[in-house]
This record gives sequence, C-alpha cells and structure tokens, in this order.
Amino acid sequence: MEEIQSKSRILSIQNLIIQFKLRGQVLTAIRDISLDLYKGESLAIVGESGSGKSVLVKSIIGLLEKNGSVAQGRILYKEDDLTKFETEKDWLKIRGKEIAMVTQDPMTSLNPLKTIGKQIEECVVLHQKLKGKEAYQRTLQLLKDVGIHDVEKRYKQYPHEFSGGMRQRIVIAIAIACNPKILICDEPTTALDVTIQAQILQLLKNLQQKYGLTTIYITHDLGVVAKVADRIAVMYAGDIIEVGQTHEVFFNGKHPYTWALLSSLPQLGAKGEELYSIKGTPPNLFKEIKGDAFAPRNPYALKIDFEERPPFFKVSETHFAKTWLLHPNAPKVELPQNLQAFFEEGRRFAHEY
Amino acid sequence: MSTKEVLLEVKNLEVAFGKGKSKFQAIDQVSFQIYKGETFGLVGESGSGKTTIGRSIMRINEVTGGEILFHGKPINGKISKDWDREITQKIQMIFQDPMASLNERAKVDYIISEGLMNTKHYKNEEEKQKKVHDALLEVGLLPEFASRFPHEFSGGQRQRIGIARALIMEPEFIIADEPISALDVSIRAQVLNLLSNLQKQKGLTYLFIAHDLSIVRFITDRTAVIYKGKIVELAETEKLFANPIHPYTRALISAVPEPNPYKEREKVMEVYDPTQHHYDSNPPSFVEIEEGHFVLANEEELERYRTTLKIGV
Repeated sequence: MEEIQSKSRILSIQNLIIQFKLRGQVLTAIRDISLDLYKGESLAIVGESGSGKSVLVKSIIGLLEKNGSVAQGRILYKEDDLTKFETEKDWLKIRGKEIAMVTQDPMTSLNPLKTIGKQIEECVVLHQKLKGKEAYQRTLQLLKDVGIHDVEKRYKQYPHEFSGGMRQRIVIAIAIACNPKILICDEPTTALDVTIQAQILQLLKNLQQKYGLTTIYITHDLGVVAKVADRIAVMYAGDIIEVGQTHEVFFNGKHPYTWALLSSLPQLGAKGEELYSIKGTPPNLFKEIKGDAFAPRNPYALKIDFEERPPFFKVSETHFAKTWLLHPNAPKVELPQNLQAFFEEGRRFAHEY
Repeated sequence: MSTKEVLLEVKNLEVAFGKGKSKFQAIDQVSFQIYKGETFGLVGESGSGKTTIGRSIMRINEVTGGEILFHGKPINGKISKDWDREITQKIQMIFQDPMASLNERAKVDYIISEGLMNTKHYKNEEEKQKKVHDALLEVGLLPEFASRFPHEFSGGQRQRIGIARALIMEPEFIIADEPISALDVSIRAQVLNLLSNLQKQKGLTYLFIAHDLSIVRFITDRTAVIYKGKIVELAETEKLFANPIHPYTRALISAVPEPNPYKEREKVMEVYDPTQHHYDSNPPSFVEIEEGHFVLANEEELERYRTTLKIGV
C-alpha cells in the first residue's frame, strides 16, 4: 500500500466529461471522471461494452471520433493538458512516443501489404531516431523481446504468415518500438485462445518490468485482471464506480455493480442452478442520469440512490467506492451466499501470503 | 452408463480438406457418444477441429470417413428423403457471432421462420405466426420484435434470436458453437441460463463447443478435449477438471485465468509439448483409464498415468 502511495503520478484525469453529438442529440459517454495513474503500476479498467472504458483511453491518446469532444475537465501528462490539444501535430508529441496502444484485434491492426519487419522498423526510425543497420538490429532485438524466434527470416514475412498470437506479439513490438512511458492494452487477448492468452499476458508483464512501463488494461474479463493488474477501476455508464487495489476490489468490493460482475462469473455459480445475471439493461446515456446510474438494476438500491449521485466513499487509503451503502447511515446489507464465500476464501488467501 | 439412451454417436469420424499433396486431415478417427438430455462439451484451441465436428454433424462439411448415427441411424451418405428431412428438423445449430449470423436484410420474423418454410413444417400462415410468436417469448423477447431488423438489437438479444431460430424447428439436438464467446460477461450469464432452462423444459440435448473452460465446467455434463483433430481425453466434466490426465488437458486447464489475484500470481503454467510422445514406435489408443474417463495414450504412458491417478495428483 505504501509502495503505491510513494510512487509519483504520471497521468492525472480530473473531472473529465466527454460528449458525443449524434443526430442532433448529445450523448454523455464519460460523466465526470477523476483518476490518477502512478508510475510503474498496471491499472485495469473493467466494464461492459458501452461503459465508456474505450472512450476514456481514446481521449488520452487523442483518438476520439470527430463528433466527440471534451466538455469539461483536464488530462494532465507531464506539463501538458491533453484536452487542450487540437492539431494532429500536438498529438504526435504524445501518441506513440509517450503513450502507445495495443489494440484488440491483431487480425485487422497490421498492414497486410508490408512485411512485419518494415512495420516495426518504421517506429524505430521515427521514434528512436535510428537509421539503416542500427534500426535493423534494433528491430531484430524487439522481435526477440516479444518472443519470436528465427527473427531474420520472420522480419521478411507478411502478417498473413503469422498466427493470431504471433500477430499480437508483433503489435506489441510496434508499441514498444516507440519507447513509450505508458502502454494502453485495449482487450489485448479477447480474440485469442486461452493458452495463447496466458502467454501474451505473461509477455506483457515481463515487458512492463524490462522497460519500466506503466500499463493500462481495458477488459471485461475479471480473470485477466486478476493475473496482471495492481489496481482496478470498475466503470459503469461512463463513471468509475469503484477503484482500489486488485485484491481489495476482488475480495472486499463495495459497490453492488462490482458484486454483480463477480457473481456472474461461472466459477461462482453452482452447477445445475441459475447463474447470477444482472437484470435490466444499462441506462440510456442520451438522457441525464439522476442518482446512481446502477440503481434501477440494483437489488440493494436505497431511496437516495434514485435521487442523488453518490460521491466516492473511502474504504481504505487506496480503495474508494461510489455507493450510498457506505454512508454511515446506510442499512447493513446481506450478501448472497456464494459471494460471501468467495470473499472469505480470498481473505484466507490474504493471510497466507 | 449403459442404461442411458444414446442420441448421437460419432464413429471413427474423419474429415479431410483438399486433395493429394495439399490434403489436410482436420478430423482424425474421432469417436464419441452423446446421451439423450445431456450437455456434451467439446473443448480445444482454434484450429483443433471442434467446429468441423459440429459442422459435419450438421452435414455442412462432407465426411470423408466414419459414420455419424442419430437415433442409431446414419445421417450421412445415402439416406431416404424422409429421414433427411427429419434430421434437418431435429438437429439445429446456434452460431458463435450473433453479429454475423443473422441476415441483415431480413426481418426477425423471416429469420426465425425461414427453417419452417423450407421444411413446410406448418399448416397455414396463422400457425406460422403463432410459432414465431411463441419462439420469441420462449427466448425472452417481445413478440412485436418480429417486425424489426437485426441491427436494432444488442448482441445478447441477437443471440436470443439465433436461439429462437433453432427452437422453432422443435429440435431434439442443438449444436451450440461458442454461443457466448462474443458476449459481455453479464449477458453471458443470461444466455447460459436461457440455454439451461430450455434444456430442462424441452429435454434438449446439447453439443456445446467452446474454448472457455470455466464456462464448459459450469454448463456441461461430460467433456471431450480435442487437439489437432484427435480427442485426447474424455470424461465427466467434474472428473476431468478434478483429475486431468493428458498433458494437453492439464496445460489447457492451467491456462484458464482464475478470478483470484493471489492464486494467479503464484500459478505455474503447464506448457504442452507434443514432442514428448513417442507414437512412431509405440502408437497410442483411446483407453478407459477409470469408469467413463478415456485418454489417448500408448502403453508406456498409460502406466505412468495410472500411477498418477492412484496418487491423485
């Protein structure tokens, strides 16, 4: 805990609101989010599709769609406020060089007409200012770093000659070639097999150590999060509703949405019985949301949840949750049996380690 | 085991693509039985041939060797027209990607009833409408959705449409090919629950094809693990997870991320090395190592597996 506290902030998102204009209507995709990223950590942003997790990171790297804009707030990186960036020239100072991204689908993110060596070398030349033989050598080294063998031959091959897992390794090599400080991984393993997924996650972890990277993972898979993340931020309907260290969110989660996410894991279900599923649908972000966005689907919702938006309540130095259940006057709630058992098992582990 | 009725039997199935030099043996001597009313899981990596097996039961892929028996009667090769029609109706499939498997230009009404129209499985227009109406209700959608287009629905709703399309044929056997891989975590739970409720109500039998072992463990009764077109292990699901024998199964199970950060950090992954087998000099066979638990191994390996089984590692 002290460890993270003492680390310096590398990126700070403050009171961010992002809106999209769609056919004359305004959609608020990010609703007043504040989040700090510390140097050297790996943060996972967890949420369903439509929760705004991708929009959030796109705003960090300047890849928001044209109809989207920052309506309020700041994103501070070094001495710059990224929300003030307007031209592509501004963004080129940051994108790739300082903050790089690994995208979801390795099948579509590589150029099929160029050899993979050239695609990596492009970044080496542009960002590391190397030329000719030096650039070539550096590219080979990068290929080795991401676990590709026989690099001289592989350098000359085209993306279609690689499997999905191998292509994702190349996408990672390209991101690393820019020498970034922050690496954003947007669902890096969703399109891959389990065995390959485990390998890629291990690779990302190793690279993080080797290059001293700060990483942001975006995913909806809590299993992936457990393996790689130091901290977790849970997003729902454009808001971060809970943030804390991985074990805190897993085994001492406080927000009912976090409970719901955990409960719907098949590992927590009993065979032959219904698996827990969240009732209803996420709110319409075209409309203004009153109170806690999760309240209509929340079996533990209080009256105030429908009226006033909850602030962050402090659970520990590193763990915060936006739910009125943490208010001193809130009634105590009884958790479902399987979730309680899951929490207890986790705490037992906490004592052992 | 023997008291159970076998609904579908696959015997020495072989599927090959291409000819001559470019021939690729996708499925190699695969045999298994699926009992009536159970959920049978088929797990493997992409390229292992699990979808090919599903597709050859659907008779989309041609079988190059072996037999597939449904109710004890072959469904491929030369069969009578009536039997052919009956199979088309009784065996249905649910596809992986609900974004790609629905006709974008057709209304839901047409998508769901297309199978009915092809098999003339209704008396008049009224009955057809009623069947569509009922099928939508059964999968938890509103009947008025029938006049909408697929793009108006979310991923979970689309998958429900895909399930309704299979249900309307009143099938006995449904092949679900990765039905929830493309869905969000919370919607997965809804679709899984829907599938198991339908199974209870209608006594359906499922072949559940997936690569996510945590879901396979939750929903299936028995599971077969397939590697490069061969089944390497088959057992009751709980037995398989409690006591995986084949090194590939072990690697596969160890790769599944668990929702426990403490365990995850400590975990050592097992890596499967296919060169560890010496099958050239000592060919393997598919052996029952304990009741209902089969594994592909040669004699030398069997001995080793037997000892580990006794110790219970």
